Amino acid sequence: MTTPVLSAVDIRKSYGHGVNRFDALKGVSLTVQAGESVAIVGKSGSGKSTLMHLLALLDDPDSGVLEVEGTEAKKLKERDLNRLRNQDFGFVFQQFFLTPNSSVLENVILPLKIAGVSPKERRARGMAALEQLELADKAKNKAINLSGGQKQRVVIARALVNNPKVIFADEPTGNLDTATGAIVEDILFSLNKEHGITLIVVTHDVELAARCDRQFFIRDGLEESSHS
Amino acid sequence: MNFVDIFRTAVSNTFRSRLRTTLTVVAIFIGAFTLTITTAIGTGVSDYINKQVASVGASDVLLVSKTSDQTTTGTDTGPAKYDPTAAKAAAGGGLGAGAPGQATTVLTQADLTTIGQTSGVLSVDPIVTVTPDYIQYGDNGKYVLTVSATSAFTKADLAAGAQLSSTDQTLQVMLPLDYLSNLGFSDAASAVGQPVTIGITDYAGTQHEVTATVVGVQNTTLLGGGVGLNQYATTQLHDLQSTGKPANSVAGYSRAVAHIDPNSSKSQISAIKDSLKTQGYTALTVADQIGTFETVINGIIGVLDAFAVIALIAAGFGIINTLLMSVQERTREIGLMKAMGMSGRKVYALFSTEAVFIGFLGSAIGAGVAILVGSVISSVLSKRLLSGLPGLHLLEFSPVSILIIILVVMLIAFLAGTLPARRAARQNPIDALRYE
Ligand SMILES: Nc1ncnc2c1ncn2[C@@H]1O[C@H](COP(=O)(O)OP(=O)(O)OP(=O)(O)O)[C@@H](O)[C@H]1O
Ligand SMILES: [Mg+2]
Repeated sequence: MTTPVLSAVDIRKSYGHGVNRFDALKGVSLTVQAGESVAIVGKSGSGKSTLMHLLALLDDPDSGVLEVEGTEAKKLKERDLNRLRNQDFGFVFQQFFLTPNSSVLENVILPLKIAGVSPKERRARGMAALEQLELADKAKNKAINLSGGQKQRVVIARALVNNPKVIFADEPTGNLDTATGAIVEDILFSLNKEHGITLIVVTHDVELAARCDRQFFIRDGLEESSHS
Repeated sequence: MNFVDIFRTAVSNTFRSRLRTTLTVVAIFIGAFTLTITTAIGTGVSDYINKQVASVGASDVLLVSKTSDQTTTGTDTGPAKYDPTAAKAAAGGGLGAGAPGQATTVLTQADLTTIGQTSGVLSVDPIVTVTPDYIQYGDNGKYVLTVSATSAFTKADLAAGAQLSSTDQTLQVMLPLDYLSNLGFSDAASAVGQPVTIGITDYAGTQHEVTATVVGVQNTTLLGGGVGLNQYATTQLHDLQSTGKPANSVAGYSRAVAHIDPNSSKSQISAIKDSLKTQGYTALTVADQIGTFETVINGIIGVLDAFAVIALIAAGFGIINTLLMSVQERTREIGLMKAMGMSGRKVYALFSTEAVFIGFLGSAIGAGVAILVGSVISSVLSKRLLSGLPGLHLLEFSPVSILIIILVVMLIAFLAGTLPARRAARQNPIDALRYE
């Protein structure tokens, strides 16, 4: 068996201290193989986003072991961690996080800028990503002037602009109507099928979850083995 | 993110919140403006003073006077006991001499010999005061003549012609610029080489006339105006003036000029000064005397500088505040960049660059406006209020000091930016992204 892209063993995470202490994850284990599409499904507040952030190395678990391609995450140096976030991971956040007054293209090429790619190449790759999402004609518009569905596509363009190995998508269709949501889903699954990008989707939408290879159900910070 | 991208991002972030940036820049502007102006005044004045010191070329003369007990102890112990044997003379003019009529301890012939024998002193000449009545050129009328007290031991700041010669055995005069039109000269160059008549009255009341040649025309200086006379003319006029002087009057001089080797080093000069001091004489170079002006002016400039620095420190807090708000506003953006693999170091660099850029904006605009305003004020003053001191540009902007001011302000801005930049750099990406 090949080394999994991501593996989490008995991960725990709590927020706050004392009486305010809240255990968001109470010992969760999950393994993701390269090229898989996994849905993390659960009710609001069940700890889906928390789990995704931990898998994406954006936050540290209180206990448990997290491995990226066989390397323990805790042992990664800051440089390698940043390189990983920048080159191997792509993020689609629940709330877009676009810089409102910058152009669409500027927003899309932010990861390339951080990587130190030359302006010419940045532009070319940014435009290619936008074309893939049929947004090339909006490249020069301000991000704030886009519709919700367009924004969601810009965010996906930004997530795939540096050809990541894994895309983390938190509620990618949560803000969209059914039709637009379906288009965005199609884009994500085509990336997974045609480019072999590993997909980790957080959702409470059962239909979207069903399209994934595998579903991981979570409830009150614990895995639910049988979904009822 | 490479340096160019960090710089460009920082600059465009600066302009995102225009009002806030503008207000901070104004605060820095005030400090930088003041500092530029005060530095320019400092440069202008000390340049002028240095030019004067250089032009009076005092490296080969020391002004020697008797160290007066009265001036050293008088304020504590009252007047010294009268000593009938000590020679006294009524001081009449001379650089830094006491008020007219105040008796000062004078140098006698014996003192001159002692001074002359001090090692390092080549020769010594007493400063004699001559008081001619008038000066006349051709038949353009007689005008009151004030003799420059310092011409014997200083070089003139020439407007035309040449310096007075200390060896030439002819009568030479150096006219100040403001004498020209009254005497009937059209300009400085046309006066050079012309003969003038000087009238002087002796002890017996008889008026004598001598003819001297104008060798040069000088700009008015800090040391005061007046007509300069060469050593020979001074001696001649003094002799004429002393005709009929009672033989029993004490021959005394308030000051003497000790000539030293013009190549003497600073330490050699101070050695000579020290050895004269132990013998009871006070010796000053001309630079020492002019230096006192500079001390006063530097004191005033120091106070102004202090105000400017206070303004800059206040501006520094403005920068801290601006950037803290900016970090707060952009918390999510920082979180996003960190989530996308931007290192804390680069986030720090981004905000520091923003601080430094704000500092640069304020200081560059401040210095630029100061140069514009200062140049106008300086040229107006030179023409009006300070027209009596040609060659004085009250404000002189030196590129080096302006560069230093800008760099110092940028450094202050950088230091002010440290706190907000660190706060930004340390943010955990997830906490930042959750920030509402
Ligand atoms: N920074 C925090 N401080 C305190 N509690 C937190 C913090 N972040 C998350 N929580 C809590 O942890 C629990 C899990 O949060 P999480 O964001 O993972 O939920 P979720 O499953 O993504 O929900 P949703 O579907 O609404 O996005 C929630 O009860 C939340 O209130
Ligand atoms: Mg969530």
